[in-house]
Amino acid sequence: MSVIVYTENWDGKFKKLSFELVSYAAAIAKELDTTVTALSIGNVADDELAQLGTYGAAKVLSVSDDRFNSLDNKALSKAIAHAAQAEAAKAVVFSHNNLGKAIAPRVSVKLNAGLISGVTTLPVSVAPFAFKKKAFTGKAFAQVQVNTDVVVLTFSQNSYELVEGGSTPAIESFNPQVEDADFATTVQETNKVTGKVLLTDAEVVISGGRGMKSGDNWGGLEEMADLLGAGLACSRPVSDEGWRSHDEHVGQTGKIIAPNLYFALGISGAIQHLGGVSSSKVIVAVNKDAEAPIFEAADYGIVGDVFKVIPQFVEAIKEMKA
Amino acid sequence: MKVLVLISNVPDTTTKIRFTGDNTAFDESGVQWIINPWDELALTRAVELKEAGSVQSITVANVGTKATEATLRKALAVGADDAIRVDTEANDAFAVATQLAAIAKDYDLILAGIEASDYNGAAVGGMLAELLDFNSVSAVSGLQIEGDTLQVNRDIDGGSQLLSMSTPAVAIVQKGITKEPRIPAMRGIMMARKKPLNVVAPVGADDRTSFVNFELPPAKAACKMIDEENAKEIITLLHEEAKVI
Ligand SMILES: Cc1cc2nc3c(=O)[nH]c(=O)nc-3n(C[C@H](O)[C@H](O)[C@H](O)COP(=O)(O)OP(=O)(O)OC[C@H]3O[C@@H](n4cnc5c(N)ncnc54)[C@H](O)[C@@H]3O)c2cc1C
Ligand SMILES: Nc1ncnc2c1ncn2[C@@H]1O[C@H](COP(=O)(O)O)[C@@H](O)[C@H]1O
Repeated sequence: MSVIVYTENWDGKFKKLSFELVSYAAAIAKELDTTVTALSIGNVADDELAQLGTYGAAKVLSVSDDRFNSLDNKALSKAIAHAAQAEAAKAVVFSHNNLGKAIAPRVSVKLNAGLISGVTTLPVSVAPFAFKKKAFTGKAFAQVQVNTDVVVLTFSQNSYELVEGGSTPAIESFNPQVEDADFATTVQETNKVTGKVLLTDAEVVISGGRGMKSGDNWGGLEEMADLLGAGLACSRPVSDEGWRSHDEHVGQTGKIIAPNLYFALGISGAIQHLGGVSSSKVIVAVNKDAEAPIFEAADYGIVGDVFKVIPQFVEAIKEMKA
Repeated sequence: MKVLVLISNVPDTTTKIRFTGDNTAFDESGVQWIINPWDELALTRAVELKEAGSVQSITVANVGTKATEATLRKALAVGADDAIRVDTEANDAFAVATQLAAIAKDYDLILAGIEASDYNGAAVGGMLAELLDFNSVSAVSGLQIEGDTLQVNRDIDGGSQLLSMSTPAVAIVQKGITKEPRIPAMRGIMMARKKPLNVVAPVGADDRTSFVNFELPPAKAACKMIDEENAKEIITLLHEEAKVI
């Protein structure tokens, strides 16, 4: 028996997200009285793989096969299911991100396992498996029970602490049974955003709404983001208007994020917007309308003009950093 | 190319969420039902591709009870040619995917939404692809068809990619696939009444998960208000009180 966790690397390096995932998997493994095997697919050096041990992986299976670079969903699912079977996995843990959402459902079918996506906490029970997850786009929580022996999970980022204290893992190379015919996706072009903090990774997010009036007014938000190492986000109308690129749109139909701190600047706080940000630990709202619904979700608020408030924020952050 | 668009019937996005039966079931009283927003975008894109001549026919499908037919009619009014309803309650993603697999084999391209806005499963599209042994691609934000080949834009963490892939395939779509969902016009609504809506009997399927109960998020403490002139104080509070910067 084991708990297997699929860790993503970006150009051979793991991000905090992968370590968080391993820490979470290690806690589940403890409840099951078993150990964590981390699966890594890509060209990752041994010392980088060994870091997964620090967060609790007893064993690391490493697949370096360039055919997987295309992230072909069918081939990846086959490889991961094969690893899960080889490790007699009781639970398979993915991140609830683009790739996790793409692969986990396929793997669950292969393993005859129940799937619970978007879990945020440790299991309510392990026999049978039961978890809490968000439902109705953050407007409620549901407790879901799994009617199968094996469970596949996608875990929402930023919901679990990093836990260090593991040891050196056993690193083994793994050869999944996949054939050329399993790879049907050809990548024509890849555009990576560089030099920007990834929205889904960011611990602080600065977000602007229609109250910012124009895309030309983003200087103050960018300055705050630079100073705080924060990500930038926006409401849907802002990306629809083309003021900001669509990958910054958060909310029910955009990205769903859970940073430690979210600044909502000139955002009314419509229910569809809140669906994407309400799991933020602290929300700061600035809006000239005291009745704006954003204040019901916020922890700190200013009824006022963003154009007067943002420069003060920038100045205060500079003073704090000095 | 024959396209199947999966349609999930969900409460309007502004619905106040309440539960009944000791918090074991969603309270449907007074709820307005809509096409799941991503399914609406997927359908709109399919209609655009049909108008451009690269799609031959569009079928919409739902697994659900008779109550979902109004939503399927809406999908017909937007521009689907025909509809299928698999006549059973949708309680579990795997069971839904099993029902859909029984009717979806003969399509070249299946479009699903990235998640349904009710139970946020993010599951059915991928499960269906696996059951049918089709290729799949998720987080799709752009779709073109060239002959039998799909040209797909998908989001990856930290960027996006342009892919080509062969059919049959399942594309699991999100924002960006089209600009605005299409609103049915009067003519479309009239025509939808005459379009076929076929009800099919379910196959045997297992529920692999069960919803035990629900709860609402705990009430939030009141927002701490600061005057506009003292905006700097918020940064101090975030640093010293909330300890988030
Ligand atoms: C199916 C569906 C899905 C949706 N999905 C999303 C989604 O994912 N994300 C999303 O964001 N929206 C989504 N929406 C849209 C949502 O309903 C709102 O329309 C949108 O969030 C409003 O954006 P906003 O707050 O920027 O703009 P507005 O509602 O126009 O609000 C602007 C705010 O700025 C304030 N303001 C104006 N000037 C100033 C100033 N100088 N200083 C301070 N404050 C000022 C105003 O008081 C107002 O509250 C969705 C809608 C639907 C129907
Ligand atoms: N009952 C259903 N009938 C038809 N399609 C569905 C149903 N439930 C979900 N889907 C499709 O699967 C997508 C993802 O839903 P889910 O996995 O439930 O979050 C939806 O956007 C629909 O395209």
